[in-house]
Amino acid sequence: MGTQELEQGGLVGPAPAGTAVDGVPVARLARPGSVEEASQVLRAAAEDGLAVVFAGGASKLGLGNPPERADLLVSSERLDQVLEHAAGDLVVRAQAGVRLADLQAALAPAGQWLALDPPEPRATVGGVVAANASGPRRLRYGTVRDLIIGITVVLADGTVAHAGGKVVKNVAGYDLAKLFCGSLGTLGMIAEVIFRLHPLPAAAAVVTLEVEEPAQAGRAVQRLLRSPLEPSAVELVVDEWGWPGRLTTVFEGIQPGVEAQATAAAELLGQVGSAAVAGPGQTDAALSQLGALPFEKAELAFKATFPPAELPAVLAELRGRGPLRWGGSLRAHAGTGVLWLASDAREGELPADSPAVPRMVGWVTEARERLAARGGGLVVVKAPPHLKGQVDAWGPAGDALGLMRRVKERFDPDRRMSPGRFVGGI
Amino acid sequence: MDREALIRRLEEITGPQGVISERNQLRTYECDGLANFRVVPSVVVLPETADQAQGVVRACHEAGVPFVARGSGTGLSGGALPVSDGVLIVLARMRRILEVDLDNQRAVVEPGVLNLQVTKEVAGDGFYYAPDPSSQQVCSIGGNVAENSGGAHCLKYGFTTNHVTGLEVVLPDGELVHLGGGKAPDPPGYDLLGAFVGSEGTLGIATTVTLRLLRKPEAVRTLLAAFEGTDQAGDAVSRIIGAGIVPAAIEMMDALAMEAAEAAVHVHYPEGAGAVLVVELDGPEAEVAHQFDEVERLCQEAGSTTIQIAEDDDQRALFWKGRKSAFAAVGRISPDYYVQDGVIPRTALPEVLRRITELADERGLRVANVFHAGDGNLHPLVLYDGEVEGQEQRAEELSAEILYTCLDHGGSITGEHGVGFDKKQYLPKQFSAEDLDTMQLVRCAFDPDGRANPGKVFPTPRLCGERPGPRRVHPVEQAGLAEVF
Ligand SMILES: Cc1cc2nc3c(=O)[nH]c(=O)nc-3n(C[C@H](O)[C@H](O)[C@H](O)COP(=O)(O)OP(=O)(O)OC[C@H]3O[C@@H](n4cnc5c(N)ncnc54)[C@H](O)[C@@H]3O)c2cc1C
Ligand SMILES: Cc1cc2nc3c(=O)[nH]c(=O)nc-3n(C[C@H](O)[C@H](O)[C@H](O)COP(=O)(O)OP(=O)(O)OC[C@H]3O[C@@H](n4cnc5c(N)ncnc54)[C@H](O)[C@@H]3O)c2cc1C
Repeated sequence: MGTQELEQGGLVGPAPAGTAVDGVPVARLARPGSVEEASQVLRAAAEDGLAVVFAGGASKLGLGNPPERADLLVSSERLDQVLEHAAGDLVVRAQAGVRLADLQAALAPAGQWLALDPPEPRATVGGVVAANASGPRRLRYGTVRDLIIGITVVLADGTVAHAGGKVVKNVAGYDLAKLFCGSLGTLGMIAEVIFRLHPLPAAAAVVTLEVEEPAQAGRAVQRLLRSPLEPSAVELVVDEWGWPGRLTTVFEGIQPGVEAQATAAAELLGQVGSAAVAGPGQTDAALSQLGALPFEKAELAFKATFPPAELPAVLAELRGRGPLRWGGSLRAHAGTGVLWLASDAREGELPADSPAVPRMVGWVTEARERLAARGGGLVVVKAPPHLKGQVDAWGPAGDALGLMRRVKERFDPDRRMSPGRFVGGI
Repeated sequence: MDREALIRRLEEITGPQGVISERNQLRTYECDGLANFRVVPSVVVLPETADQAQGVVRACHEAGVPFVARGSGTGLSGGALPVSDGVLIVLARMRRILEVDLDNQRAVVEPGVLNLQVTKEVAGDGFYYAPDPSSQQVCSIGGNVAENSGGAHCLKYGFTTNHVTGLEVVLPDGELVHLGGGKAPDPPGYDLLGAFVGSEGTLGIATTVTLRLLRKPEAVRTLLAAFEGTDQAGDAVSRIIGAGIVPAAIEMMDALAMEAAEAAVHVHYPEGAGAVLVVELDGPEAEVAHQFDEVERLCQEAGSTTIQIAEDDDQRALFWKGRKSAFAAVGRISPDYYVQDGVIPRTALPEVLRRITELADERGLRVANVFHAGDGNLHPLVLYDGEVEGQEQRAEELSAEILYTCLDHGGSITGEHGVGFDKKQYLPKQFSAEDLDTMQLVRCAFDPDGRANPGKVFPTPRLCGERPGPRRVHPVEQAGLAEVF
């Protein structure tokens, strides 16, 4: 049965005018409402040889390289059920299209949450898994790979497969859930996910430090990491105007615990600069701002990664006089070696004929070389299509690229799942 | 290539001191920690460097010979069981800690390094390596990676997979690749590191491992609470978790397990207790102090008869010694026993324990229960006497029934010991044919010829040339002429 039959059944239809993924128009749209329907859709697409791309909340469809082909967009929006919340076991099973914000709202009455805090509230859990999205609290809880314990996927030929399960501790079979983390729709569709949960912290305290320059930021972060303190997040913001920046350290847990930790942290950081425990009103404000990425309006955005101890060196290059001088704002998950850069150029300010375009391409190449020398890399998170045509979104994937290609060939031998979006043109 | 030629080739790579081919010496390696299964390998080779390990794998590839990796051989599922026509590659001589980088909280080690050795190396600086299998004094990091080993403290800190950030791997064709970001987070590309950890030696050989190091917690507090029975102890666990507390560890032992441990290490468990819990909290002082009081109160509310609080590190060590020696100690109260490893959702604990008792009673056998109560990982020890006609078989049946009970409750056939050789026939009870075929896709990408640890984990893997696709009903089946088992 091809997609035509499904079209009669209403499962596949024309996509609304203007539907495009990263600049590539898509003609047809499927919105399966169950794993079985998703399987039918992908089997039909296989029959017709269609290239398939996936969407969750469509908040970050621009991630990765533009697809080489895109015939059918499969949306998870109707897969929006929280299937099972076993509060006593701290486990939740949800369909891929559930929005993260809705999931958190469903878990909160039991005093629990999924310890992931990417800044995009519209994001779906499937999209978060597919894009390996994370936020400031990854310092304490890790990333998707550390929290996912089970998965149901639909492969290119319609096969439905599970891995992991509903128990946190489980070493039976290969850990396919991790393989799908960050796979960006290139191995198939994520239909259901099972996560381990954490108790919602009852109290929070925030310590802020004004940071004058890179070396000081490095010292402050190292002191925190070397101490027995257990912050949930250590976030550095340097806005477009440059130094000083602000380092925000968050403690979450029970009231007496976070108070004592905040006091100790303020003292510790006081040895490096002017640090203070935030008052109650400031704490709420700091928490609501935490991790917000000012990308919505920026024309370009990048994610730099590096060993955390390289933070001062990376900052010095970006905010010094050298070739990497960056004019936009910077935000770092400073304890984990992740730094986000947004351009001061606003959306639409870098047309294809702008003289800044070749400069940007050169900048990416240079930045990649320098970060690679420090053991890290740079991902283009947001860029206009014309720029994406000139730089690869991911950069080098190392000596395992061949092996990654072989994995892709096994899962998707006809190269129809989000073709071309991933590293090395996968 | 014949055996003699392969031996010569291997000797060229490692030197003659690295190759064992005498039948008597080979016997040393015929089994791992699960002694029920024994196979003498054709050759044993002990590389001393990653280069040599790569050379050995390449030689196996060129000779078309299968290979099995072995670390310390403490595995409990027959994962390191040799294959008779294959090479056993023992990593125990690759024992160097290559780098300790405290600024990035990482250690880079060779796979033969023992688990506890890592913590010893960095303890002076106030750091440690979190995953702590009970076998940590003897098991290797390479074995931990292959098994995704856990330990008592994994409730709060996670398993090996959460603490390995980089691997250098020799693929079955001899190619050397680096998986994971090492010291940097979020490397672009598929998370092949995540797929490799826990793959039980079937995807290649880890030759270098980058580990996450943690700061030692400021405070650690431990109590031992006795209860009338496992129901009350289980209730205490539910109350603790329900209160939003995440202890570093919650371990439970039942009366029989206590009896065995008492005989071995004299913990002085309270008389007449039907179950004990060891609960440990760690973290920042103020938080631990507050929550420890709460744990004590919750244990009392659940009916704890006595609560002992570790006064110092020595007493804490004793509580743990009782727990960690329980497997071996059972040897003191029974001539033979099976160590089972299954997982259930924690909340199903009382029901499952009752069922295990019923199943044991039906067969006239005893089961001692030791388990990671916080995450529902059971280690029922099935006691039997091999000398008594029929007992061994009944014990085996009971072990299997326990696994089915775990599966009935939505659990898993293994929480930390792995599938290996021992449990591969149970894997299809937990996963469908489609699930297993999909896992096989990964296997085929890494090891198309099926030469890395063949015959483990998967019962009857497809050949890599076969195109899996959705499983179609065979016409013979459809006609009702045959069933597929
Ligand atoms: C390099 C990088 C940069 C990021 N930058 C930001 C950022 O600036 N701000 C931010 O908030 N988040 C960011 N994220 C996180 C992430 O993009 C989003 O939080 C999250 O993916 C959005 O979810 P969504 O449901 O809107 O996904 P969508 O935008 O709909 O999809 C995101 C990607 O996942 C795929 N996908 C979605 N659902 C499925 C599914 N069910 N099965 C298979 N594939 C699926 C899509 O094909 C697409 O490639 C970033 C992630 C990465 C890796
Ligand atoms: C008394 C006792 C207590 C135990 N307690 C625990 C516990 O609390 N938690 C727990 O999780 N386990 C426990 N175990 C099981 C065992 O110790 C672990 O599985 C351990 O990780 C095995 O390590 P090893 O070095 O002995 O590996 P081996 O037994 O030598 O090998 C195990 C598997 O790993 C593969 N392998 C070994 N090295 C490599 C490598 N470098 N690359 C690729 N594959 C490799 C082998 O092929 C095999 O499949 C216990 C065992 C005993 C005997």
